[in-house]
Amino acid sequence: MRAWKSLLPFVLGLPVLWLIQLWAPPQIAIILVNIGVNVILAVSLNMVNGFTGQFSLGHAGFMAVGAYTAAKITLAFGESASVSPLVWNNGVFFIALLAGMGMAAFMGLLVGIPSLRLRGDYLAIVTLGFNEIIRVLIENMSWLGGATGISGVPPYTSLIWVGLGVLAAIVTARRLLLSTHGRALLAIREDEVAAEAMGVDTTGYKVRAFVLSAAFAGLGGGLLGHYILLVTPKSFTYVKSIEVVVMVVLGGMGSISGAVFAAVLLTSSLELLRGVDQYRMVIYSLLLVVLMLSRPTGLFGHREVWDFAKSWRRKRAEALS
Amino acid sequence: MNDEILRAESVTMEFGGLKALDAFNLALKPGELVGLIGPNGAGKTTAFNALSGVYAPTSGRVLLGAELVNGLKPHQVCRKGLARTFQNIRLFKALTVLDNVRVACHAHGHGPLWQSLALTAGHAGREQAMEERALELLEFMGLESRGDELAKNLPYGLQRRLEIARALATGPKVLCLDEPAAGMNATETTKLMTLIHDIRDKFKVAVLLIEHDMKLVMGISERLIVLDHGVTIASGPPEKVRRDPKVIEAYLGVQEAA
Repeated sequence: MRAWKSLLPFVLGLPVLWLIQLWAPPQIAIILVNIGVNVILAVSLNMVNGFTGQFSLGHAGFMAVGAYTAAKITLAFGESASVSPLVWNNGVFFIALLAGMGMAAFMGLLVGIPSLRLRGDYLAIVTLGFNEIIRVLIENMSWLGGATGISGVPPYTSLIWVGLGVLAAIVTARRLLLSTHGRALLAIREDEVAAEAMGVDTTGYKVRAFVLSAAFAGLGGGLLGHYILLVTPKSFTYVKSIEVVVMVVLGGMGSISGAVFAAVLLTSSLELLRGVDQYRMVIYSLLLVVLMLSRPTGLFGHREVWDFAKSWRRKRAEALS
Repeated sequence: MNDEILRAESVTMEFGGLKALDAFNLALKPGELVGLIGPNGAGKTTAFNALSGVYAPTSGRVLLGAELVNGLKPHQVCRKGLARTFQNIRLFKALTVLDNVRVACHAHGHGPLWQSLALTAGHAGREQAMEERALELLEFMGLESRGDELAKNLPYGLQRRLEIARALATGPKVLCLDEPAAGMNATETTKLMTLIHDIRDKFKVAVLLIEHDMKLVMGISERLIVLDHGVTIASGPPEKVRRDPKVIEAYLGVQEAA
C-alpha cells in the first residue's frame, strides 16, 4: 500500500501530461521535455553530490553512454510491419532506455570502483576526465557517427515518457533517502571516518550511489536523444555536466525537491532569456553569484519542501498557543 | 586462552622512523572493564586505531574472538564486534539524533538495496526493527526526548552520550571508548563512569576505556594498562599500578636527587 501511495501524484499527473502533449504548441513541449530531462539529471546527480557528499563532474559522460546505446538500439530495430507502431515503437523504446541505463550503470561501475576508493577532490578530476574521454572516443568512432553523431533517431520520446522518467528518478531518490541505505550515504557525507567505524562499507556505498546515479543519467540521455532526434558528442561536453552540478548546488545539496526546483528554474529561465541571447550567460551567472552569496547552502539546504511546511505549521501552532 | 574476546599480540605501529606503539599486548575477557591510560602522546589512540582497523599494524596480530582482524577495514572490524567512539567527537552532525543511531544499526540489519527501492515487506520490517532498537538505546542513554534534534544542536555532554549510544547500536562485543569524559566537569564525569559501568553490565560487552586522567578510571576499571611513548610500562589492578614507580615517573617526571 505504502509502495503505491507515493506514486499517486504521478498517476494523476500523467493524464495531464497527455493532454498537454495533445494541445500544447511544440515550443512549450520542447521546454517541458528539457525541464523533465534536467530534473532527471539533477535528481540523479544529487544522489552522489548531495546525499553522499562526493563530487562528480561527469554526468554528461553517462548521458552520452545512455543516449548512444538507446539510439543504436532503436535504429537497429527499425519499424515492424506486422505489429502496431504504438506497441512496437514504445516497446522498442522501453528496451532501448533500459539498455541505455544498464550501459551507463556499467560505465559508472568501471569508473567508480577505482576512483571512489579515494577521498576528496580526486573523484571530480577522474569524472571530468571520464567525461572528456567518452566524448573524444565517440568523436573518433566512425560506427557512432564520429563528430557529426547519429542523425535520424526515431521520435519516440513523448511527454508521457519524460514524465515516467521523472517519476522513476524522484521515487528512487526518495525511497533511497528514506531507507537505511540512504542514511548510510548521508553518514558518509557527514563523516566518512565515523561512518566506516560504524560498520558502513563506505567504498561499497559510494559505488552503489554512483552506479544508480549514472543509470539515471543514461535515462536522461536516451530521452533527450529521441526528442531532438540527433545524438552528437557536442551535446555531452563538460559544460553540460557543470550545468547539472549547478542545479544540484543551487537547489541545496541533498534536497530532492531542491534539485527539482533548481532544474525547473534554471531550464525555464534559460529559455526565457533566449530573447536577450547575447546576455543570457551573463544573467545566468549573475543569478548564481547572487544566490550563492545570499544562500551558500543552496535554496533548500539539506531540507525538503515539506520540511518547511512542517516547521511553518509548528511555528504557527506555537504562536497560537 | 579461548575465552578471550579481544587479543592483541605484540602489535607495533611505526610511522616512518617513529614507533608510536611498541609490542602492545592486550587480552580482554568478555565483560571485562579495562582502562588504557598514559600521558599525552603515549600512543593510546594509536592503539585504538590499530585495534579498530583504521591503521594496519606494522607487525603483530589482533584477534577478535578467534578471528584475525588486522588488515581488515574498519567497517569489517566493526561488523565482527568491535565498536569505538572518538576522542574528538565525530557525530553525523546534520543528521538527527535518531538517525545517528540508526546509521549504526545498518551494519547488522540491512537487506538488499533493491528491496528498499521496491519497498518490500522485508524492508519495512527491517526499518521498523532498526527504529525500535535505536529508540531503546536512546532511552537507555537518556536521550529519548531528543530524537528529532540535529546532533550538532545537542549540548556537549549529550553528544558524548550519543556517540556511545551509536557505538552500542552496532551490537559490539568489545566497546572501545576514547576519552569519553574529555571536557566534562567532575560531576558529569562521575555520572558517566557509573553509566559506563551500567553499560557493561546490561549489554555484556567488554569495555576498553582510554583515559587521560588516571584517577577517573581507578574507580571502575578492573585492570589498567599504562602506556608511555608507545611502550607498555605497567599493567595490573589499579592499586598496584598506582604505586608503580615507573607510572609515577611517566606522569610526574623523575625526582631529582637533591
